[in-house]
Amino acid sequence: MPHSVTPESTAAEEQPAIKAEQNAQDIAMADAPSSGEAEDKAKVNLEELFDDDDDSDGEFASNHLLTACSKISDKSQYSDPDVMRAFYQRLFPFRYLFQWLNHSAVPSTDFAHREFAFTLPNDVLQRYQSFPTADTFRKRCIADTPPRIDIGPVYSTNPRDRKTLRKASAFRPISRELVFDIDMDAYDDIRTCCTGANICQKCWTFITMSIKVVDVALRDDFGFKHVLWVYSGRRGAHAWVCDKRAREMDDSKRRAVYGYLEVLKGGDQGGKKVNVWRPLHPHLERSLKILPEYFQTTILAEQDPWAGENAAHLLNLIPDTKLREALQKKWDSSPGRPSASKWADIDSVAKSGALSKSSKELLEAKQDIVLEYTYPRLDADVGKKLNHLLKSPFVVHPATGRICVPIDPRKAEEFDPLSVPKVTELLVEIDEWKEEDVEKKIQDWEKTSLKPYIDYFRGFVAGLLKEEKESEKGGVKRERDEHGEAMEF
Amino acid sequence: MIRHDYSRVEPKRRAYIDPKKRQFAKAEFAQQNYEHRLNFYTLPPTAEITLEEFETWAINRLKVLSELEACSFRNRSQEETAEYMTSILNKYLPLRSNSSRGANLQEERKRDHYSHFILRLAFSSTEDLRRRFSHLETILFRLRFREDDPRERQDFVRTLDLEWEEVGEDEKRELRGQMLAAIGSKKGEEQDWFKVDWERVPELVSQRKVLLKRGMAYVPAREQTSLVVAEFTKRLDEQLELTARALPRLDEDDRLAPILAHLSQSFTAPEAAYSSSDANIDGLSAINAGAIDTLSQNFPLCMQNLHMTLRANSHLKHYGRLQYTLFLKGIGLSLEECIIFWRRSFKLMTDDKFHKEYKYNIRHSYGDVGGDANRRGRGYTPYSCQKILTEALPGPGQTHGCPYRTFTVENLTGLLQRVGVQDRETLQGVREDVKKQRYHVACNRVFESVHKKEIKKVKDEGSWSATDLDTIVHPNTYFKRSWLLKHLGEGNAGIVGGDKMEE
Repeated sequence: MPHSVTPESTAAEEQPAIKAEQNAQDIAMADAPSSGEAEDKAKVNLEELFDDDDDSDGEFASNHLLTACSKISDKSQYSDPDVMRAFYQRLFPFRYLFQWLNHSAVPSTDFAHREFAFTLPNDVLQRYQSFPTADTFRKRCIADTPPRIDIGPVYSTNPRDRKTLRKASAFRPISRELVFDIDMDAYDDIRTCCTGANICQKCWTFITMSIKVVDVALRDDFGFKHVLWVYSGRRGAHAWVCDKRAREMDDSKRRAVYGYLEVLKGGDQGGKKVNVWRPLHPHLERSLKILPEYFQTTILAEQDPWAGENAAHLLNLIPDTKLREALQKKWDSSPGRPSASKWADIDSVAKSGALSKSSKELLEAKQDIVLEYTYPRLDADVGKKLNHLLKSPFVVHPATGRICVPIDPRKAEEFDPLSVPKVTELLVEIDEWKEEDVEKKIQDWEKTSLKPYIDYFRGFVAGLLKEEKESEKGGVKRERDEHGEAMEF
Repeated sequence: MIRHDYSRVEPKRRAYIDPKKRQFAKAEFAQQNYEHRLNFYTLPPTAEITLEEFETWAINRLKVLSELEACSFRNRSQEETAEYMTSILNKYLPLRSNSSRGANLQEERKRDHYSHFILRLAFSSTEDLRRRFSHLETILFRLRFREDDPRERQDFVRTLDLEWEEVGEDEKRELRGQMLAAIGSKKGEEQDWFKVDWERVPELVSQRKVLLKRGMAYVPAREQTSLVVAEFTKRLDEQLELTARALPRLDEDDRLAPILAHLSQSFTAPEAAYSSSDANIDGLSAINAGAIDTLSQNFPLCMQNLHMTLRANSHLKHYGRLQYTLFLKGIGLSLEECIIFWRRSFKLMTDDKFHKEYKYNIRHSYGDVGGDANRRGRGYTPYSCQKILTEALPGPGQTHGCPYRTFTVENLTGLLQRVGVQDRETLQGVREDVKKQRYHVACNRVFESVHKKEIKKVKDEGSWSATDLDTIVHPNTYFKRSWLLKHLGEGNAGIVGGDKMEE
């Protein structure tokens, strides 16, 4: 089945090793040392670390860290093992990450059967890692200092045991969050401010718009409550829909959600990308209330996509030949005309009589154009399959050093990717922190600018746990019965 | 432990037989009575049939299913499919409604019922077969459901016991505008609405044809089809899963097993259009990376498009690479040469990046790495037109797929002219084909136009048989035929030409 190799099409450039090998499980198996071996190694490393680990909260350790950090200038490799180790020891919120994936305080199979994939410092991808508790997970991270951790699905059995099973079919993914990936890559044909891996405030607005539109649809339409948005560390955002109902969806339902949210279709040669029915579906109606504001500021003023020659694309999207010709003439005579004026020209020229179709059709065409330039472009391949890997929140992006922090969708506009803390900055902040209240012992992350993000995440996880607990109260008896039966297999 | 299928009818042996004697008692089979034309196939058949019936009924149903599959490959609309299928269904799998007063109603339904279950046995063994079977059975069910007599259909639906909540008057008044907009209806004809979990109508959700509010889908009564069909698929998938698990326990002698194996084999043939012999072209010596530019003149439009995009951008996105790599593999480019080809083509990229991110996928396509199955199968088969035509449309920046399908007519015409198709009549023909979604017809039309002279020549000489000039349904066939035609008289008179074989 050729299709089972994972498409690494759009987001590929950003996430090298993982994407290329994602579904090609076998290589990971070949590359990863057999799990026993890996564990041995981990143990050895752990013992070395043990002392250091113990008093890491003490004064001495801080001083020690300072000397270590002074060697790390901002330009050094962000994924340097020393930086990574300090990061996992002091900053990474293992506890909340565990609760988030475990859906309760007591370790359960939701966490223990969850696949983690480590990208090791030497770029080797280790798939099918799993951990019984947050603590074992933490220890492995500190020992191996992976620059990147991906999260996969929960499997029917422990991923580490997959090769000992008699039947391969006994090992299959059973649940995972519904995920979305929005990457700046998809906007390359309409973004004029930056190219490639670069971003600026202007083009980040594309992501902001997408978050607004997708978030409201997930909540109001699909009824999901626990949607976590995460900055991908460079130029995109991920969404994790964590409701139980979403986690248990099969591939076809995931595809249905994507189909519902997808508006832009067709490649670069396919012409008009937006083909929607009238009357507009309420979801699109609502999106057209959110998006035009951005269309005016971000698209017309900042991106200026139809400057000079590029106006041809806009003309192609106008269905009325007479109007098109009139506009062409007008714009040819003033080549420097900005996009905002060109957009306004459409109406003014149409009013002056150069319109052979009804004004309703023109309005619809204009709506389509707004959608084409502002509607979210989701990387569909990431979310349609249950067993895809996605980068974990709070890891460090190896190229930018920025932490993959959560984004509060209610304040999406305020989020600035360029002010997201870098790992090296955070370590310096810990060192510079002055003990104010000696009575109360506080966590290292609370001393840094990572605090608001972890606080937000903690709140999010608490909300999720609360609901899990309530739903369990109702269905606890049945759950247990089902569980018992499943164990028999 | 094997979980039992609880929806089964009572066990064959009834409880009123003395337990001690039960094992010697003659089995009493429930002779089912089919009240409705439609069937959700919940109860397995229990009566006896002969082996011959077993085989012929199954084959007849299989014929129907493969015709349905052909329809979906050709992108036929629902109406077209229905029209096309009428005669086939009447011939192989007639199923009349209660009102038709046919004498054989029960017999017809029995055949429908039994053949379904026989094929279920045959197609439950692998994931792939299960998916195709359930897909095709769903199409068949939908077709029948739509055509069923409305009253009988309602009766049937009532027996299904589906849980639907009706939308109350207040809510209806409040959401009316939105509900109507969602289903795309402009006028406000009164109708009933149901409220269900959106997961039950994924089809409607996926096409954005239904209003969603806090996880509930507001479905108009006329979309009942979709609900019933979704339910049908859901139950069938569950049942197939159970069948698959029970299959090893069938403990079959050699009467049914060969028939079942034969049935499922004849069903697995979607990619058969490619044979490895296509890679061996007489007169074409081993291809190396440097020759691709020249050879690309003989490529079908989909591959030429990929090639030109690659040359223009020095890059192709994943699916484009996959489609192109497999094609190149199909024309006989070795793995080593293929890696060289891609390495040279991505000239803006560092060696390191190439090795890390791209090389693996190329090797995977050739079966050089990957799981056991992949390596044994020597990687993937080059994509057929069918495959290329049925996969998802390319997104922004992607170039894979069939240009006849993915390009607008204007862009397509432009592309054709760029690759040297100037003939007005041909271009006009292509435009019409594309409008009717006959993409492969358009492609064959272009082929015939480009090779007009050569085709005439081989026809006149009679050196190529009719099968050699059959409709092209695989990009690799396109290339092979094109190359041979353009190199006529260079000692490769024919593909299967007898004189060539004897050398």
